[in-house]
Amino acid sequence: MPTAHDNAVTLSVLVENKAGVLARVSGLFARRGYNIISLAVAPTEDEAFSRITIVYDARSATVEQVVKQLFKLINVIRIDELEEKQAIERELLLATVRAEGNNRGRLMELVQIFEGSIVDVGYNALMVMLAGEPRRLDDFEELLRPFGIEYLQRSGRIALAQLERSAPRLRSVPKSAS
Amino acid sequence: MSLTGAQALIKSLECQGVDVVFGLPGGAILPVYDPLIESSLRHILVRHEQGAGHMAEGFAQATGRPGVAMVTSGPAATNIVTPIANAYMDSTPLVVITGQVAYSTIGTDAFQEIDTVGITRGITKHNELVSDAADIPRIVREAFHIATTGRPGPVLIDFPKDVANQQMDWYWPDQIDLPGYKPNVKGHPRMIREAASMIAAAKKPVIYAGGGILKANASSALYRFAEMTGIPVVTTLMGRGCFPDSHPLCLGMPGMHGNYTAVTAMQESDLLIALGSRFDDRVTGKLDGFAPDAKVIHVDIDPAEMNKVRFADIPIVGDARQVIEELCVAFSRLETDEFARNIEPWLGRVRFWKENYPLHYEPHVSGDRLKPQSVIEALRDSAPDGTILASGVGQHQMWASQYWKFDQPNTWINSGGLGTMGYAVPAAIGAKVGCPDKMVWAVDGDGCFQMTAQELVTAAANDIPVKIAILNNTFLGMVRQWQEMFYDERYSQVYLSPDLPNYVGWAESMGCVGIRVDEPDSVQSAIDKANEIDDRPVVVDFRTDPREKVFPMVPSGHTNWDIEVGPLPEGLPKSSITSINVEGRG
Repeated sequence: MPTAHDNAVTLSVLVENKAGVLARVSGLFARRGYNIISLAVAPTEDEAFSRITIVYDARSATVEQVVKQLFKLINVIRIDELEEKQAIERELLLATVRAEGNNRGRLMELVQIFEGSIVDVGYNALMVMLAGEPRRLDDFEELLRPFGIEYLQRSGRIALAQLERSAPRLRSVPKSAS
Repeated sequence: MSLTGAQALIKSLECQGVDVVFGLPGGAILPVYDPLIESSLRHILVRHEQGAGHMAEGFAQATGRPGVAMVTSGPAATNIVTPIANAYMDSTPLVVITGQVAYSTIGTDAFQEIDTVGITRGITKHNELVSDAADIPRIVREAFHIATTGRPGPVLIDFPKDVANQQMDWYWPDQIDLPGYKPNVKGHPRMIREAASMIAAAKKPVIYAGGGILKANASSALYRFAEMTGIPVVTTLMGRGCFPDSHPLCLGMPGMHGNYTAVTAMQESDLLIALGSRFDDRVTGKLDGFAPDAKVIHVDIDPAEMNKVRFADIPIVGDARQVIEELCVAFSRLETDEFARNIEPWLGRVRFWKENYPLHYEPHVSGDRLKPQSVIEALRDSAPDGTILASGVGQHQMWASQYWKFDQPNTWINSGGLGTMGYAVPAAIGAKVGCPDKMVWAVDGDGCFQMTAQELVTAAANDIPVKIAILNNTFLGMVRQWQEMFYDERYSQVYLSPDLPNYVGWAESMGCVGIRVDEPDSVQSAIDKANEIDDRPVVVDFRTDPREKVFPMVPSGHTNWDIEVGPLPEGLPKSSITSINVEGRG
């Protein structure tokens, strides 16, 4: 399932690292009918905070409403909307792919072209890994498909704002903005 | 000073200035009920946990202070879910404390264990499971802060039994550190100036005042603003009383059962000044036909209300009182003589509607049962100033809102957003506890009354002399009305019974005075008698006409242009309303 589609909006949500915060955030999306495409969460450089990267389908709600509703959660500290060209986005893909006979070499070639790696080897299958931009992962996944994908897991994307070089590139939405 | 977690909780409530707690003890909350004996807190022992929650809400709506309810875990926690949801929908400040099984046994499906924090996550402003007794003062202080500031709402503290027994070193936090919670109270000055200019340029403005006015104590600011600008005011179901009904500029309630003038004035308006209101579907009707020509100035403390339902030309996030005061200043700096002249035709038109399309019902015919509207009028006319009126949900609620005269803020206690049947009795009790010197009437339906009537035992046992007027039409009246109008009079499961239960007998058995009224001639004497009784609750069983429907009505799914006014006063054919509607669009 490609995660880099046209209606995807990426929000980087800084939250207090407390029990139940992820449930609050995901529960809000569920309750208000906002569709999550992917979600990744882990503590930040400061253990008191976690960063949640949510990719959601903008057809299900306006960014304005989603951001404002999220801000109503007491544990949400800061929200940044990361626009694609102004953020560095990465994702990890692991897949077990059938690799028998001639296909084995062709699969290894494909992994090499994408600069991925083979992380486990079985008699009839290989487990391959690729880290990179979500769109690249989408391409890779599509090209893996004819080989026969047995299992596939993507991490969901993580993202940070691009470093500032001239004008601010990050659209920050300050708390309690009009 | 070393305290147990339970002692720390009680002491924290005292430090917070709480004087009344509505609750019912049980296994997991037992440790907290022990230090309660020595505490200065007044505890009202309810008969059902739902009652505790609604009482706390009634207390909060009448006093403006946070209501506090305390119950045990499991079924008690699920029983109080409805009041929590109700408070969430109506932005009522509430702190609910639930017992929880020992922290060490959470997750084992222990006796009376339920995931209270999980269940209430979507219906609280915030909730917290206490894991360490040392956190209690901080969590309590934060809970009250969150419940009462910004857009108020319910906060739940889930309190495991072993944490209640754990020792802690007492402290009281001198400040609150919530990095993710900073409500914006001061409206943006430029937006306020722009709003004032937009108002001054309007020709058909309407002030659309909601419950936020009451939450923000902004009634007197609104009064000044309306008088200064001369703009007519509609008050929503949650905002009734925030602007006096007796004021010539007051148009009453808008919405599905609003009166003709309020509904039509909003429809025809060229500027809606929404103050602490949220474009609820019961107000707007079918959204794409709602006030089609109106620009919108939207003032609300909750940024998420901006553009949620209706695009705001000028959104102003802030405290309603502060923003209205600033608006007054900004407006007074403008040259507004022309404005006053410009809105004169509009005010004339509004006056015309007010005079020609008042609320109306067909007079009583001998032999019929009582007209419910006339009962409310009689109650209203006999009630001393400042009387608090509570209601349940349904026809009686709409009639109460329509026919009562609300001239003071915080005198109307009802369930708006959630529409919780059974709200009246416990909410009235909570209001009376909060305002013991005021007379408190509840107008209730027979269906609603049967949901929570047992709390009258609580009232009788605790000397809380509330008065309940049951408009007993023997039906789930609002459902019956919809089945009559929209389901071809196919009545399905709406008939109750006039005499089962025997309301007078039931009231007496609960320690109340019970009175039954069948004839119009005895309405006044029954009310007089009820008003004189001040040592126990009174229940008056008014036998009302089941055929009576709530009008005006905008049928569900229609735009507000399709308002049906129902029976009209003599000499005004219904067709004339339709023609006015059509003209009105031009």
